[in-house]
Amino acid sequence: LLVAPADALAVAKFLRDDPNLRLEMCSNVTGVDWPERDEKVKVKKLVDGVEKEVEEVRHHPGFQEAVYHLFSVSLKHGPVVLRQRTVNRGDDCSVTSLTPVWRGCEFQEREAYDLFGLRFTGHPDLRRILMWDEFKDHPMRKDYVEPDDYEYEPTPHDEVHDRSKAHYPVPEVKA
Amino acid sequence: VSNPAPQTFGIRPKVGQDGSEMDGEMLEVSMGPQHPSTHGVFRMDVVLDGETVVKLKPVFGYLHRNHEKIAEGTSYLSSMPYTDRLDYFCSLTNNWAYALAVEKMSGLVVPERAEYIRVITAELTRLQNHTSLCGFLLQDMGALGTPLMWAFREREKVLDLFESLTGARMMCNYMRFGGCRCDLPPGWLEQARKLVDDYPRFLEEFETLLSGNEILMARTQGVGCLSKELSVSASITGPLLRAAGVDYDLRKVDRYGIYDRFEFRVPLGEHGDVYDRYMIRVLELRESLKILQQALKQIPEGPIIDPKAKLRGFRPKVGESYGRIEGPKGEIGFYLISDGGANPYRYRVRPPSFINLTILEDMCLGRSIADAVIILGSVDIVLGEVDR
Repeated sequence: LLVAPADALAVAKFLRDDPNLRLEMCSNVTGVDWPERDEKVKVKKLVDGVEKEVEEVRHHPGFQEAVYHLFSVSLKHGPVVLRQRTVNRGDDCSVTSLTPVWRGCEFQEREAYDLFGLRFTGHPDLRRILMWDEFKDHPMRKDYVEPDDYEYEPTPHDEVHDRSKAHYPVPEVKA
Repeated sequence: VSNPAPQTFGIRPKVGQDGSEMDGEMLEVSMGPQHPSTHGVFRMDVVLDGETVVKLKPVFGYLHRNHEKIAEGTSYLSSMPYTDRLDYFCSLTNNWAYALAVEKMSGLVVPERAEYIRVITAELTRLQNHTSLCGFLLQDMGALGTPLMWAFREREKVLDLFESLTGARMMCNYMRFGGCRCDLPPGWLEQARKLVDDYPRFLEEFETLLSGNEILMARTQGVGCLSKELSVSASITGPLLRAAGVDYDLRKVDRYGIYDRFEFRVPLGEHGDVYDRYMIRVLELRESLKILQQALKQIPEGPIIDPKAKLRGFRPKVGESYGRIEGPKGEIGFYLISDGGANPYRYRVRPPSFINLTILEDMCLGRSIADAVIILGSVDIVLGEVDR
């Protein structure tokens, strides 16, 4: 069932409050990263009047998903899987936060933000939770590049170092 | 019971009237990350008015190693030993939850004997986890040493059993997709039966001394109350949820494995305070012993792994699955997406103690700082799982 993203909160409230569903526990929240990819598909096509198998490249744009596993505690059924999909993986990587409906999403949405860069609009306290606050990237993304030096952290010495470099320009070495 | 909503968010509270961060009467205390009461490298940013907690923000991630990323880079089976390190007190239940998620995806059928072994090891895990948690909780209350060492004495006996079965005391790495790694060694069942028969004596003794203890009651009753509605909405699971009076035990709800064959009850609390959580754990110990007695009596002979299970070149078909079991700390779940390859495309752990921390602030607001220590102790966290 597909619903417009603007109705996310209303859908979530319905899922929680409807007497037949009563999905009052949002057990698991996570992100899934689907980077853009090209898929080679074999398609049957008429080429010069003869049917031939031709390889075509289909382009799938990248997006991210927030996946919610909902359970009912009173009716003891589930899981119902709710997915929210972002427009793309870059500037418009946001979905509606469901923390106002299920309190249990609070830390898990923070985790998805931290590790995937999913921005949850309406989240009361969207900060990094597992990585440190100064960390820049989102490590669970499929295109994340691991740093050469894990232990590197900016220190006051960097500034001094830069200034000293400005003072004594390092000659460029030609390869 | 109703919980007041936390008022403001952000790391540094703005409590001064002139917009300054502190008005001079509040005190910001950073408890941890190296604090004896935090059960690991865990920090609580607490704002105190006198001794009363006005604001509390848990800070963690010190042990973060991105377990999920590592698991997505290796084959399905290679993550099995790594699941031991999540909640290092209960490696066997972590193994089971992961195996269950993979079995759901690949359609492997677990033989009956292996199911019994899984139940026995999982209940033994619950036994040692709850016992040592009771010891830790009392340690947090200031009963230094004795109750914890006492609980650990019993835990060692369970760990001896694990060692003779799996070769490791804590990092068991025992379950495989479609069964278990090796069969029970000779004499193991007798040893387990003896432990189960002897355990009630320890429990009686433990309870006589502690459950009615005046100091314990004074420190825990009415402390850290949690309402039914909030605990359900905040996805609290495990003994915390049942202490709040919500009847939700996955062993009864999902009936995964062969839990429908055993007779046991689900103890429920009334007040949702720390004392209830302590009592729930003691009562669950007794129920676990019941399950163990039945399982040790019924266990049949037979194979221990599905003959279709492949150790090498295991590639489940495209799809996804969510497997969850009732771990000692709550619902431990694994969410897997397969793209048909040898590695999982997405591997997610649903860590119970991480999610149970969501409402730590709600429980501590308005209580004294000494109570916050006990409340954290009653949540039962393991940082290997919180930080992953």
